[in-house]
Amino acid sequence: MHELSIVASLFEILEAKARENQATKIVGVRLRVGKLAGVVPEFLQTAFDSYKQDTIAAEARLEIEEVPLKMRCRKCAAEIEKEDFVLVCPSCGSTDLELLEGMELLLDKIDLEV
Amino acid sequence: MSKKELIVREEILGSNKKVAAEIREKLEAAGVLVVNLLSSPGSGKTTLLERIVETLHPTHPLAVIEGDIETERDADRIRRKGVPAWQITTGGACHLEAKMVGKLLPEIPAETKFLFIENVGNLVCPAGYDLGENIRCVLLSAPEGDDKPKKYPKAFASADCLIFTKSDLIPYLPFDLEKAGNEALDLNPRLRIFVTSALKGRGIAELARYFIESRVNMIQHQRHA
Ligand SMILES: Nc1nc2c(ncn2[C@@H]2O[C@H](COP(=O)(O)OP(=O)(O)OP(=O)(O)O)[C@@H](O)[C@H]2O)c(=O)[nH]1
Ligand SMILES: [Mg+2]
Ligand SMILES: [Zn+2]
Repeated sequence: MHELSIVASLFEILEAKARENQATKIVGVRLRVGKLAGVVPEFLQTAFDSYKQDTIAAEARLEIEEVPLKMRCRKCAAEIEKEDFVLVCPSCGSTDLELLEGMELLLDKIDLEV
Repeated sequence: MSKKELIVREEILGSNKKVAAEIREKLEAAGVLVVNLLSSPGSGKTTLLERIVETLHPTHPLAVIEGDIETERDADRIRRKGVPAWQITTGGACHLEAKMVGKLLPEIPAETKFLFIENVGNLVCPAGYDLGENIRCVLLSAPEGDDKPKKYPKAFASADCLIFTKSDLIPYLPFDLEKAGNEALDLNPRLRIFVTSALKGRGIAELARYFIESRVNMIQHQRHA
Protein backbone atom coordinates (compact mmCIF):
# COMPACT_ATOMS: atom_id res chain seq x y z
CA MET A 1 0.00 0.00 0.00
CA HIS A 2 2.49 2.61 -1.08
CA GLU A 3 0.04 4.45 -3.32
CA LEU A 4 -0.07 7.39 -0.91
CA SER A 5 3.70 7.88 -0.96
CA ILE A 6 3.64 7.63 -4.77
CA VAL A 7 1.00 10.35 -4.83
CA ALA A 8 3.17 12.46 -2.50
CA SER A 9 6.08 12.13 -4.98
CA LEU A 10 3.69 12.95 -7.83
CA PHE A 11 2.61 16.16 -6.11
CA GLU A 12 6.23 17.25 -5.67
CA ILE A 13 6.57 17.15 -9.47
CA LEU A 14 3.14 18.71 -10.09
CA GLU A 15 3.83 21.63 -7.81
CA ALA A 16 7.25 22.25 -9.35
CA LYS A 17 5.82 22.14 -12.90
CA ALA A 18 2.97 24.47 -11.95
CA ARG A 19 5.46 26.95 -10.52
CA GLU A 20 7.78 26.78 -13.55
CA ASN A 21 4.85 27.46 -15.85
CA GLN A 22 3.26 30.09 -13.63
CA ALA A 23 0.04 28.13 -13.62
CA THR A 24 -2.90 29.20 -11.49
CA LYS A 25 -4.48 25.75 -11.51
CA ILE A 26 -3.90 22.17 -12.52
CA VAL A 27 -7.07 20.80 -14.09
CA GLY A 28 -5.94 17.43 -15.39
CA VAL A 29 -3.21 14.85 -14.78
CA ARG A 30 -2.49 11.78 -16.89
CA LEU A 31 -0.36 8.86 -15.71
CA ARG A 32 0.93 5.79 -17.51
CA VAL A 33 1.00 2.82 -15.14
CA GLY A 34 2.54 -0.51 -16.14
CA LYS A 35 0.84 -3.80 -15.26
CA LEU A 36 4.03 -4.78 -13.44
CA ALA A 37 4.43 -1.44 -11.66
CA GLY A 38 3.01 -2.97 -8.49
CA VAL A 39 0.34 -0.34 -7.91
CA VAL A 40 -3.43 -0.56 -7.94
CA PRO A 41 -4.96 2.15 -10.17
CA GLU A 42 -8.10 2.42 -7.99
CA PHE A 43 -5.97 3.03 -4.89
CA LEU A 44 -3.93 5.64 -6.76
CA GLN A 45 -7.16 7.37 -7.73
CA THR A 46 -8.41 7.41 -4.13
CA ALA A 47 -5.07 8.59 -2.79
CA PHE A 48 -4.93 11.33 -5.43
CA ASP A 49 -8.43 12.57 -4.64
CA SER A 50 -7.74 12.86 -0.93
CA TYR A 51 -4.27 14.38 -1.38
CA LYS A 52 -5.36 17.05 -3.85
CA GLN A 53 -7.55 18.92 -1.33
CA ASP A 54 -6.25 22.46 -0.74
CA THR A 55 -3.53 22.12 -3.39
CA ILE A 56 -3.16 23.75 -6.78
CA ALA A 57 -4.65 20.55 -8.21
CA ALA A 58 -7.78 20.61 -6.02
CA GLU A 59 -10.04 20.45 -9.10
CA ALA A 60 -7.83 18.17 -11.17
CA ARG A 61 -9.11 15.03 -12.81
CA LEU A 62 -6.74 12.07 -12.73
CA GLU A 63 -6.59 9.83 -15.79
CA ILE A 64 -4.68 6.55 -15.52
CA GLU A 65 -3.63 4.76 -18.66
CA GLU A 66 -2.71 1.14 -17.94
CA VAL A 67 0.21 -0.21 -19.94
CA PRO A 68 0.25 -3.95 -20.72
CA LEU A 69 3.39 -6.05 -20.59
CA LYS A 70 5.38 -5.74 -23.78
CA MET A 71 8.41 -7.92 -24.37
CA ARG A 72 10.84 -8.81 -27.09
CA CYS A 73 12.20 -12.31 -27.53
CA ARG A 74 16.00 -12.27 -27.48
CA LYS A 75 16.09 -15.44 -29.62
CA CYS A 76 13.65 -14.77 -32.46
CA ALA A 77 13.03 -11.02 -31.97
CA ALA A 78 9.24 -11.47 -31.82
CA GLU A 79 7.39 -8.69 -30.00
CA ILE A 80 4.91 -9.99 -27.47
CA GLU A 81 2.06 -8.28 -25.62
CA LYS A 82 0.65 -10.10 -22.62
CA GLU A 83 -1.88 -9.85 -19.87
CA ASP A 84 -0.37 -12.51 -17.63
CA PHE A 85 3.11 -13.39 -16.48
CA VAL A 86 3.73 -16.59 -18.39
CA LEU A 87 6.94 -15.33 -19.84
CA VAL A 88 7.48 -17.72 -22.70
CA CYS A 89 7.80 -16.66 -26.32
CA PRO A 90 4.69 -17.88 -28.22
CA SER A 91 6.66 -18.10 -31.48
CA CYS A 92 9.76 -20.05 -30.43
CA GLY A 93 9.26 -21.10 -26.81
CA SER A 94 12.30 -19.23 -25.52
CA THR A 95 12.17 -17.79 -22.00
CA ASP A 96 14.87 -15.25 -22.74
CA LEU A 97 12.61 -12.23 -23.02
CA GLU A 98 13.44 -8.60 -22.63
CA LEU A 99 10.85 -6.46 -20.89
CA LEU A 100 10.11 -3.34 -22.97
CA GLU A 101 7.05 -1.89 -21.25
CA GLY A 102 4.89 -2.68 -18.27
CA MET A 103 7.08 -1.63 -15.32
CA GLU A 104 6.64 2.11 -15.75
CA LEU A 105 5.09 4.64 -13.42
CA LEU A 106 5.07 7.82 -15.47
CA LEU A 107 3.60 11.27 -15.21
CA ASP A 108 2.63 11.62 -18.86
CA LYS A 109 0.88 14.99 -19.11
CA ILE A 110 -0.55 17.87 -17.09
CA ASP A 111 -3.36 20.24 -18.10
CA LEU A 112 -2.74 23.69 -16.69
CA GLU A 113 -4.54 27.00 -16.51
CA VAL A 114 -2.10 29.85 -16.87
CA MET B 1 -6.63 32.79 -18.40
CA SER B 2 -5.68 30.19 -20.96
CA LYS B 3 -5.28 26.44 -21.00
CA LYS B 4 -1.99 24.73 -21.55
CA GLU B 5 -1.20 21.07 -22.13
CA LEU B 6 2.20 20.16 -20.71
CA ILE B 7 3.76 16.89 -21.85
CA VAL B 8 6.00 15.72 -19.01
CA ARG B 9 6.85 11.98 -19.45
CA GLU B 10 8.71 11.90 -16.15
CA GLU B 11 9.06 8.96 -13.77
CA ILE B 12 7.03 9.64 -10.66
CA LEU B 13 9.65 7.97 -8.49
CA GLY B 14 12.45 9.62 -10.46
CA SER B 15 13.66 11.57 -7.45
CA ASN B 16 14.07 8.31 -5.49
CA LYS B 17 16.03 6.82 -8.39
CA LYS B 18 18.29 9.86 -8.50
CA VAL B 19 19.08 9.68 -4.79
CA ALA B 20 19.65 5.92 -5.15
CA ALA B 21 22.11 6.48 -8.00
CA GLU B 22 24.02 8.99 -5.86
CA ILE B 23 24.22 6.52 -2.98
CA ARG B 24 25.44 3.76 -5.29
CA GLU B 25 28.09 5.96 -6.83
CA LYS B 26 29.35 7.20 -3.48
CA LEU B 27 29.49 3.79 -1.82
CA GLU B 28 30.99 2.07 -4.86
CA ALA B 29 33.78 4.63 -4.80
CA ALA B 30 34.29 3.83 -1.11
CA GLY B 31 34.44 0.10 -1.90
CA VAL B 32 31.18 -0.74 -0.16
CA LEU B 33 28.89 -3.38 -1.70
CA VAL B 34 25.24 -2.65 -0.90
CA VAL B 35 22.71 -5.50 -0.58
CA ASN B 36 18.96 -4.91 -0.28
CA LEU B 37 16.94 -7.78 1.25
CA LEU B 38 13.27 -8.06 0.32
CA SER B 39 10.65 -10.50 1.56
CA SER B 40 7.30 -10.91 3.27
CA PRO B 41 7.18 -10.45 7.05
CA GLY B 42 8.83 -13.30 8.90
CA SER B 43 10.57 -14.98 5.95
CA GLY B 44 13.79 -14.99 7.93
CA LYS B 45 15.65 -11.85 6.80
CA THR B 46 17.07 -10.94 10.21
CA THR B 47 17.95 -14.53 11.12
CA LEU B 48 19.76 -14.97 7.81
CA LEU B 49 21.59 -11.68 8.39
CA GLU B 50 22.69 -12.91 11.83
CA ARG B 51 24.30 -15.95 10.15
CA ILE B 52 25.88 -13.80 7.42
CA VAL B 53 27.22 -11.43 10.07
CA GLU B 54 28.76 -14.36 11.95
CA THR B 55 30.44 -15.49 8.73
CA LEU B 56 31.79 -12.13 7.53
CA HIS B 57 32.52 -10.30 10.79
CA PRO B 58 35.23 -9.24 11.65
CA THR B 59 37.37 -10.25 8.64
CA HIS B 60 35.00 -8.44 6.23
CA PRO B 61 33.78 -5.28 8.00
CA LEU B 62 30.08 -4.77 7.50
CA ALA B 63 27.21 -2.59 8.62
CA VAL B 64 23.47 -3.17 8.65
CA ILE B 65 20.42 -0.97 8.19
CA GLU B 66 17.16 -2.39 9.47
CA GLY B 67 13.83 -1.16 8.15
CA ASP B 68 10.69 -1.80 10.15
CA ILE B 69 7.43 -0.05 10.76
CA GLU B 70 8.07 0.01 14.51
CA THR B 71 10.66 -1.08 17.13
CA GLU B 72 14.45 -1.31 17.37
CA ARG B 73 14.30 -5.09 17.76
CA ASP B 74 15.98 -6.17 14.53
CA ALA B 75 18.83 -3.64 14.85
CA ASP B 76 19.38 -4.79 18.44
CA ARG B 77 19.70 -8.40 17.24
CA ILE B 78 22.50 -7.34 14.85
CA ARG B 79 24.22 -5.05 17.40
CA ARG B 80 24.47 -8.01 19.76
CA LYS B 81 26.84 -9.55 17.21
CA GLY B 82 29.17 -6.56 17.58
CA VAL B 83 28.32 -5.02 14.20
CA PRO B 84 27.12 -1.42 13.65
CA ALA B 85 23.40 -1.34 12.89
CA TRP B 86 20.86 1.42 12.44
CA GLN B 87 17.13 1.04 12.71
CA ILE B 88 14.88 3.03 10.41
CA THR B 89 11.32 3.00 11.74
CA THR B 90 8.99 4.15 9.01
CA GLY B 91 6.04 4.73 11.35
CA GLY B 92 3.61 3.05 8.97
CA ALA B 93 5.22 3.25 5.55
CA CYS B 94 5.50 -0.16 3.94
CA HIS B 95 8.93 0.28 2.32
CA LEU B 96 12.25 2.08 2.67
CA GLU B 97 13.13 4.97 0.35
CA ALA B 98 16.58 6.00 -0.83
CA LYS B 99 16.56 9.28 1.07
CA MET B 100 16.16 7.39 4.37
CA VAL B 101 19.30 5.41 3.56
CA GLY B 102 21.11 8.54 2.33
CA LYS B 103 20.72 10.22 5.71
CA LEU B 104 22.68 7.43 7.39
CA LEU B 105 25.66 7.45 5.04
CA PRO B 106 27.78 9.85 7.14
CA GLU B 107 27.57 7.41 10.07
CA ILE B 108 28.92 4.39 8.23
CA PRO B 109 32.45 3.58 9.47
CA ALA B 110 35.23 4.12 6.94
CA GLU B 111 36.44 0.51 7.00
CA THR B 112 33.01 -0.86 5.95
CA LYS B 113 33.06 -3.23 2.96
CA PHE B 114 29.47 -4.47 2.97
CA LEU B 115 26.24 -2.66 3.76
CA PHE B 116 23.19 -4.88 4.20
CA ILE B 117 19.77 -3.26 4.17
CA GLU B 118 16.83 -5.25 5.48
CA ASN B 119 13.71 -3.75 3.95
CA VAL B 120 10.32 -3.58 5.65
CA GLY B 121 8.65 -7.02 5.50
CA ASN B 122 6.49 -6.73 2.37
CA LEU B 123 6.79 -8.42 -1.00
CA VAL B 124 5.04 -5.69 -3.01
CA CYS B 125 5.94 -2.12 -2.21
CA PRO B 126 9.73 -2.28 -1.58
CA ALA B 127 10.20 -3.63 -5.11
CA GLY B 128 9.46 -0.18 -6.55
CA TYR B 129 12.18 1.62 -4.61
CA ASP B 130 15.84 1.45 -5.55
CA LEU B 131 17.91 2.08 -2.40
CA GLY B 132 21.24 2.35 -4.18
CA GLU B 133 21.94 -1.36 -3.85
CA ASN B 134 24.32 -3.35 -6.04
CA ILE B 135 22.48 -6.57 -5.29
CA ARG B 136 18.81 -7.03 -4.62
CA CYS B 137 17.93 -10.30 -2.87
CA VAL B 138 14.41 -11.61 -2.61
CA LEU B 139 13.82 -14.23 0.10
CA LEU B 140 11.17 -16.92 -0.06
CA SER B 141 10.66 -19.17 2.96
CA ALA B 142 9.31 -22.68 2.55
CA PRO B 143 6.15 -22.11 4.70
CA GLU B 144 5.02 -19.30 2.37
CA GLY B 145 4.40 -21.74 -0.48
CA ASP B 146 6.01 -22.44 -3.84
CA ASP B 147 3.48 -20.39 -5.82
CA LYS B 148 4.77 -16.98 -4.79
CA PRO B 149 7.03 -15.85 -7.67
CA LYS B 150 4.21 -15.30 -10.16
CA LYS B 151 1.92 -13.83 -7.51
CA TYR B 152 4.51 -11.16 -6.70
CA PRO B 153 6.21 -10.80 -10.08
CA LYS B 154 7.83 -7.44 -9.57
CA ALA B 155 9.85 -8.50 -6.54
CA PHE B 156 11.21 -11.55 -8.37
CA ALA B 157 11.63 -9.83 -11.74
CA SER B 158 13.64 -6.98 -10.23
CA ALA B 159 15.94 -9.10 -8.03
CA ASP B 160 19.47 -10.29 -8.74
CA CYS B 161 19.33 -13.19 -6.38
CA LEU B 162 16.67 -15.47 -4.90
CA ILE B 163 17.33 -16.96 -1.48
CA PHE B 164 15.13 -19.83 -0.37
CA THR B 165 15.03 -19.76 3.43
CA LYS B 166 14.00 -22.25 6.14
CA SER B 167 14.93 -25.17 3.88
CA ASP B 168 15.02 -27.36 7.03
CA LEU B 169 11.18 -27.23 6.95
CA ILE B 170 10.81 -28.46 3.35
CA PRO B 171 10.47 -32.15 4.38
CA TYR B 172 7.36 -31.27 6.40
CA LEU B 173 5.66 -29.12 3.77
CA PRO B 174 4.19 -29.51 0.28
CA PHE B 175 6.86 -27.15 -1.03
CA ASP B 176 8.34 -27.91 -4.46
CA LEU B 177 11.71 -26.18 -4.56
CA GLU B 178 12.27 -26.87 -8.24
CA LYS B 179 8.84 -25.55 -9.23
CA ALA B 180 9.33 -22.33 -7.26
CA GLY B 181 12.83 -21.89 -8.70
CA ASN B 182 11.64 -22.43 -12.27
CA GLU B 183 8.74 -20.06 -11.83
CA ALA B 184 11.15 -17.38 -10.63
CA LEU B 185 13.55 -18.09 -13.50
CA ASP B 186 10.67 -17.67 -15.98
CA LEU B 187 10.25 -14.15 -14.65
CA ASN B 188 13.95 -13.47 -14.49
CA PRO B 189 16.41 -15.83 -16.22
CA ARG B 190 19.42 -14.07 -14.69
CA LEU B 191 18.47 -14.83 -11.06
CA ARG B 192 21.16 -16.47 -8.91
CA ILE B 193 19.50 -18.98 -6.61
CA PHE B 194 20.60 -20.08 -3.12
CA VAL B 195 18.98 -22.59 -0.80
CA THR B 196 19.52 -21.80 2.87
CA SER B 197 18.56 -22.73 6.38
CA ALA B 198 19.66 -20.22 8.99
CA LEU B 199 18.69 -22.75 11.64
CA LYS B 200 20.95 -25.52 10.28
CA GLY B 201 23.57 -23.29 8.71
CA ARG B 202 22.86 -24.62 5.21
CA GLY B 203 23.89 -22.48 2.22
CA ILE B 204 25.30 -19.65 4.35
CA ALA B 205 28.92 -20.08 3.25
CA GLU B 206 27.90 -20.12 -0.45
CA LEU B 207 25.87 -16.96 -0.01
CA ALA B 208 28.68 -15.18 1.85
CA ARG B 209 31.06 -16.17 -0.96
CA TYR B 210 28.63 -14.73 -3.53
CA PHE B 211 28.65 -11.38 -1.71
CA ILE B 212 32.45 -11.38 -1.42
CA GLU B 213 32.86 -12.21 -5.12
CA SER B 214 30.30 -9.60 -6.12
CA ARG B 215 32.30 -6.98 -4.25
CA VAL B 216 35.51 -8.04 -6.01
CA ASN B 217 33.71 -7.78 -9.36
CA MET B 218 32.37 -4.36 -8.46
CA ILE B 219 35.85 -3.08 -7.66
CA GLN B 220 37.40 -4.60 -10.80
CA HIS B 221 34.63 -3.06 -12.88
CA GLN B 222 35.48 0.36 -11.47
CA ARG B 223 39.15 0.03 -12.32
CA HIS B 224 38.20 -0.72 -15.93
CA ALA B 225 35.66 2.09 -16.07
N1 LIG C 1 12.79 -23.47 10.87
C1 LIG C 1 13.41 -22.32 10.61
N2 LIG C 1 12.91 -21.17 11.15
C2 LIG C 1 13.55 -20.02 10.87
C3 LIG C 1 14.69 -19.97 10.02
N3 LIG C 1 15.07 -18.68 9.90
C4 LIG C 1 14.21 -17.96 10.64
N4 LIG C 1 13.27 -18.74 11.23
C5 LIG C 1 12.20 -18.32 12.13
O1 LIG C 1 11.29 -17.49 11.41
C6 LIG C 1 10.78 -16.45 12.26
C7 LIG C 1 10.98 -15.10 11.61
O2 LIG C 1 12.36 -14.86 11.42
P1 LIG C 1 12.98 -13.38 11.23
O3 LIG C 1 14.39 -13.56 10.89
O4 LIG C 1 12.65 -12.52 12.38
O5 LIG C 1 12.14 -12.90 9.96
P2 LIG C 1 12.17 -11.45 9.24
O6 LIG C 1 12.00 -11.70 7.78
O7 LIG C 1 13.36 -10.69 9.67
O8 LIG C 1 10.85 -10.79 9.83
P3 LIG C 1 10.38 -9.23 9.74
O9 LIG C 1 11.59 -8.39 9.96
O10 LIG C 1 9.38 -9.11 10.82
O11 LIG C 1 9.80 -9.06 8.36
C8 LIG C 1 11.51 -16.60 13.58
O12 LIG C 1 10.68 -17.27 14.49
C9 LIG C 1 12.73 -17.43 13.24
O13 LIG C 1 13.20 -18.19 14.32
C10 LIG C 1 15.19 -21.22 9.49
O14 LIG C 1 16.17 -21.28 8.73
N5 LIG C 1 14.49 -22.34 9.81
MG1 LIG D 1 13.49 -8.74 10.44
ZN1 LIG E 1 11.01 -16.23 -29.66
